[in-house]
Amino acid sequence: MEDSLNPSDQRHRADSGTGPVQLLDADGVLTTDGVAEEYLHYIELLTDDQLKQFHRDMVLTRRFDIEGANLQKQGEMGLWVPSIGQEGAQVGSAHAARPQDHLFPAYREHAVGMIRGLDPLRIVELLRGNTHGGWNPDETGNFHLYSLVIGSHTLHATGYAMGIAFDGKYATGDPDVDEAVMVYFGDGSTSQGDVSEALVFAASYQTPQVFFLQNNHWAISVPVSVQSRTPLVERPAGFGIPGVQIDGNDVLASYAVTSKNLDDARSGRGPRFIEALTYRIGAHTSSDDPTKYRTDAELQSWIARDPITRYEAWLRSKGEGDQFFAELQAEAEDLAADIRRRTHALENPSTDKIFDHVYSEPHPVMDEQKQWLADYEASFGGAA
Amino acid sequence: MTSVVHRQVQGTSSSATDIVELPLAKALNAGLRKALADDPRVLLMGEDIGPLGGVFRVTENLQSEFGKRIIDTPLAESGIIGTAIGLAMRGYRPVCEIQFDGFIFPGFDQITTQLAKMTNRHEGQMRMPVVIRVPYGGHIGAVEHHQESPEAYFAHTPGLRLVSPSTPHDAYWMIQEAIASDDPVMFFEPKSRYWHKGQVDLSENSAALHSSKVVRSGTDVTLVGHGAMVTVLLQAAELAESEGTSVEVVDLRSLSPIDYAPVLSSVAKTGRLVIASEAPGFVSISSEIAATVAERAFYSLEAPVLRVSGYDAPFPPAKLETTYLPDADRVLEAVDRAMAY
Repeated sequence: MEDSLNPSDQRHRADSGTGPVQLLDADGVLTTDGVAEEYLHYIELLTDDQLKQFHRDMVLTRRFDIEGANLQKQGEMGLWVPSIGQEGAQVGSAHAARPQDHLFPAYREHAVGMIRGLDPLRIVELLRGNTHGGWNPDETGNFHLYSLVIGSHTLHATGYAMGIAFDGKYATGDPDVDEAVMVYFGDGSTSQGDVSEALVFAASYQTPQVFFLQNNHWAISVPVSVQSRTPLVERPAGFGIPGVQIDGNDVLASYAVTSKNLDDARSGRGPRFIEALTYRIGAHTSSDDPTKYRTDAELQSWIARDPITRYEAWLRSKGEGDQFFAELQAEAEDLAADIRRRTHALENPSTDKIFDHVYSEPHPVMDEQKQWLADYEASFGGAA
Repeated sequence: MTSVVHRQVQGTSSSATDIVELPLAKALNAGLRKALADDPRVLLMGEDIGPLGGVFRVTENLQSEFGKRIIDTPLAESGIIGTAIGLAMRGYRPVCEIQFDGFIFPGFDQITTQLAKMTNRHEGQMRMPVVIRVPYGGHIGAVEHHQESPEAYFAHTPGLRLVSPSTPHDAYWMIQEAIASDDPVMFFEPKSRYWHKGQVDLSENSAALHSSKVVRSGTDVTLVGHGAMVTVLLQAAELAESEGTSVEVVDLRSLSPIDYAPVLSSVAKTGRLVIASEAPGFVSISSEIAATVAERAFYSLEAPVLRVSGYDAPFPPAKLETTYLPDADRVLEAVDRAMAY
């Protein structure tokens, strides 16, 4: 067996092209080398308010994440799924999507959901055991439900993109009409057959979609080197799909490269694949103990490349002052307090939820068993 | 409908030209064509269903008529079901063909963990009008994985509906009803019956999708089955009558939910029940019916509920299939046992 992952293993090799696209280095300095130049104009089009919004979304998501973990420890949830460390990849890519695009998450895309309009309490409800998701993508900016069977949703995304193609809602040249799908998945999921099948179908039907891989280097306790002996960005080439690797902790690279690839997909150039190199700073979930399988040195090397720290440094270098950051911190505390308050106010779901909506149309077995349960509970005489 | 042979039929309320005689596969083809013509959101997906018309020709000539709505897919069952789910999310009504019963299992995860649960996961805010057509069952002398009866795996999964027609008329109507359903429907096609003709009334549907039906009246024993087994049960009933035993036959048609009313009223009359299937009997649709009838018709029963099924062994090489699959003689052996009480 090899030693624990060398982070450079997953980077493009010198003989296979360039390294990952990076616009902002780990110290928060804007880079303008050859690769970056291709994407910099996407950043130049952003207003100062938009640039600050990126920071705001990363900071709010991280504060939500910390609050979620605390609430889980206090027994309010059975499980917490942290996204700390991956905010750059998520916030940049989510802002690259247009309102009409459809986003299919795995289960760690808290920032993406919040940016698309999902009330983060929906995530608490899911992890608390009140729902299996239960939100309506029509009401959450086309942000679909979390999917817990690894990789299964990549096929749903591809089918949805096939539907866009059937509807002729791409390659019209009208930016308000053309749609694309973006699906988020992780390095572990790339070993699942469904992900390969999604790539096959996407290539066959030239779907308008972007495969957004967050390589956070660990599938629970298994390093990415067990999933793939080659950089994952090289995989889509075998399917006939162009791939590009980015520094996933660089929110500007994530935004710019995703913007370009979504543009390609919407305009009918076919599916695209982005590998964002990032790192899961926290545990896989609250049930995990990463100290059992990875080194502190590795963790520290990624903390040094934190997406929020470097972006704050860049904003400050551009002249953003203390007031913005102080106000944002206060807003984050308000968000956490609001989540805490509303989590405590959650009531258990009605037992009707067991039977309602198993089917869309009437079903005699559901009716019968729902009635039986009601009669059974009523037989005890007290309140159900 | 150029391939349809119109035939005069006396003594029916339908106009004569609405009654046609078709093999079951062509009745399905006609039903699919009607569904495609009626609703532009209906799509067909599957392996070899385009120019070839499917390995059983059920989709023959549909691509020339409906073009890109008939999708030849890559050879990947999970991919077929998974992308059908995405298309349904977009508002389409995909009809997936699984080429053979034994090849459904690469799609099992998408069917059971995704398709079946998607509406529930969305708390009713996402409908899943997906039909999965599965040619199933034996009697065609084929190689391994091509003659199986996997219905019970799916009947065990909440969120799915399961039906199986036994006649061309039912095939024509039930496929259209399945496509019109907003829930996922597993549509099990008795492939050994594909080439058998029967009358199809194109003007009038005679039964609801999830209803079972008494197809022969009798007073001594009730026989229950579905798909190709119904033909075997009717043969057994003929033979039993010649021996003086009056047998009632119920065609289940729907495997989930099961329409128990005709079964229970028949058992109330006969007091004896034999359930037959090609599938192995262990943890089967038949055992479910046996348990339910024991609960609901205990005082009507004059004999234990009996099952006749495929053996609890893998489907054998084809030269042994006539021994493995229940035939009229094995059904009659069970009828005799029931009558001995």
